[in-house]
Amino acid sequence: MRLNKNLIGAAAILTATHGYSAELEVTHWWTSGGEAAAVAEFANAFNATEHTWVDGAIAGSGGTARPIIISRILGGDPMGATQLNHGRQAEELVEAGLMLDLTDIAEAEGWTDIVNPTSLIDSCTLDGKIYCVPVNIHSWQWLWLSHDAYKDAGVDVPTNWTEFVAAAPALEAAGKIPLAMGQQSWQSNGAFGVMAIALGGIDLWTKVNVEKDEEAVRSDEMLAIFEAAAQARAFTAKSTVQDWNQATNLVITGQAGGQIMGDWAQGEFQIAEQVAGEDYSCLPGLGVNEIISTGGDAFYFPVNDDPEITAAQKALASLMISKEVQVAFNLKKGSLPVRGDVDLAAANDCMRKGLDILATGAILPDGNQVLSPDTQGQIEDLMVEFWNDTNVTAADAHSRYADIIASAD
Amino acid sequence: MANARRPVRLFRNINAKIAALPMVATALVIFVGCTIWTVVHSFTKSRLLPKLDFVGLDQYERLWDTRRWLISIENLAIYGACSLVLTLVIGFTLAALLDQKIRFENTFRTILLYPFALSFIVTGLAWQWILNPEFGLQKIIRSLGWEGFTFDPLYNSEIVIYGILIAALWQGTGLIMVIMLAGLRGIDEDIWKAARVDGIPKWKTYVVIIIPMMRPVFVTALVLIASGIIKVYDLVVAQTNGGPGLASEVPAKYVIDSMFKNQNLGQGFAASTMMLVTVLVILIPWAYLEFGGKKHD
Repeated sequence: MRLNKNLIGAAAILTATHGYSAELEVTHWWTSGGEAAAVAEFANAFNATEHTWVDGAIAGSGGTARPIIISRILGGDPMGATQLNHGRQAEELVEAGLMLDLTDIAEAEGWTDIVNPTSLIDSCTLDGKIYCVPVNIHSWQWLWLSHDAYKDAGVDVPTNWTEFVAAAPALEAAGKIPLAMGQQSWQSNGAFGVMAIALGGIDLWTKVNVEKDEEAVRSDEMLAIFEAAAQARAFTAKSTVQDWNQATNLVITGQAGGQIMGDWAQGEFQIAEQVAGEDYSCLPGLGVNEIISTGGDAFYFPVNDDPEITAAQKALASLMISKEVQVAFNLKKGSLPVRGDVDLAAANDCMRKGLDILATGAILPDGNQVLSPDTQGQIEDLMVEFWNDTNVTAADAHSRYADIIASAD
Repeated sequence: MANARRPVRLFRNINAKIAALPMVATALVIFVGCTIWTVVHSFTKSRLLPKLDFVGLDQYERLWDTRRWLISIENLAIYGACSLVLTLVIGFTLAALLDQKIRFENTFRTILLYPFALSFIVTGLAWQWILNPEFGLQKIIRSLGWEGFTFDPLYNSEIVIYGILIAALWQGTGLIMVIMLAGLRGIDEDIWKAARVDGIPKWKTYVVIIIPMMRPVFVTALVLIASGIIKVYDLVVAQTNGGPGLASEVPAKYVIDSMFKNQNLGQGFAASTMMLVTVLVILIPWAYLEFGGKKHD
């Protein structure tokens, strides 16, 4: 009798493992050196199970990749899993029933308890059901500084934005670019967002972006941020690169003093074998307001008729949020893990700063979570014009920004 | 007797008409049907998915308030006018030069037509590198001794659209040249002899006699160039992606970005409807002049 039971159990396990192996195509836009190394951690962990990871990397930024991803899902050719920034980008796809409901595994594994901050899992939740798995916390609010550039210019490495502005003329005199900046719209928009939070403070930011308070957005404090941005724009005049990692490379090679970029820039410094605190520094919140936003990447799993694929999708979802994979992935990516209960002994100086800020709770939601893609698109258009065209004055840009926020949905 | 046998007009050439039915149906469903669908949805507030939630002219008001759209329209106008004139002029000049019974004509024709075999994406990337001040044309000329030489159209928002125009001309004039050359070969040799007997100079023969005779060829070329202008998109994406700033944005890119990047279908449909209206505004009077006046011929 006992033998029989064991046999049945063994047979059940065997059929379970054999019956469910599937190939999953996973689309994402992680193509720079550090990002590709990080995504390989997912792929390796997934290939170690009985399933196969088919990599569907889409070159270019999220702005290039998202339309491709969305049109494939809408066009009835869904991939197995896809990266999207969680928040409002996938809202309508979920409402239309195109995304797999992950609530059962999320409840079994207690995602709502382990994910910190909880806003990440809230962004995946619609009507009490969970549709995506958050994989990292990435924050925009970092100023990366090259020690070499400041040494060549004969000034100390700045410790906050004010010092950075004061040191800029010395850098220019030494033939360096004070601030490196890629010319794509999301970078212009991101850099402005960072300055808004760092220089304007969290209250102003919340009023403008969450409450969409017209009085706050038309205030003089907001205008001051635009003026600071106009000043920063002058620092970027000689930076003619397009991609963010090319701009990061200017900082790595000491041709530029600094770059305002999210924590994913750290992966590039690591690949170049630079050491945080020795070769480069990082200033969260531009060294003024040490706050980080908690946007992040999440994976969504488009609904598929094939039960084998559905099983593989769920396996991948639970794998992505598991402790070991979280640590391996985030160390390579330079971002922070979504669960607070993992050990990050190998974390470097900059990641520690991030973890400390996260622990103190000085966090705010990411722009993706509070503004619709439509509003974001309008702001991006404004920012890319503002950062690249010196004819647009701070006051002009301010009043147009206020109009967009006032009509935001 | 004769009355009873009169054929019904509808059934004349019945086989040909049946054969044409699939194409007629395709045209009606794809072109007319989808166009109407798009126009109808441009009056809604569709976001990522089309919904029939009518909001009147809101999308159009927003469209014409958007600086990016206005810049796009202006760029298309500059690009369109220059591309139309220059493609025709260069294409015809090259064809006329090739028509002088020169040696190695085949070789020249192949070389000049070759860029047309490249896609706009490849053309755009190639020219992005050629026009890059760090290692392109500017660098080469500076290393030859002209230190002060500056030519970086893709990084100067005032002239970036001309940087795109250069690439478009390089890619597109070859085809127009070949079409023109075919037209020139169709001109009767006797016309040339007659003109020579009358002592008309060569250039004048071209302008006054040959070009008017080549009218159908010019119409073909014009249609090809015009459709290329209105749909310019991939070249811009490959060369500048709309930058620096918004300086090289074009309407087709606005449509794609609104629909998929900003997840605002209504806005994208409104923009594409405006593009259609622009084409119709130009096309209808022209078609009227071209085909309407021919009845008495």
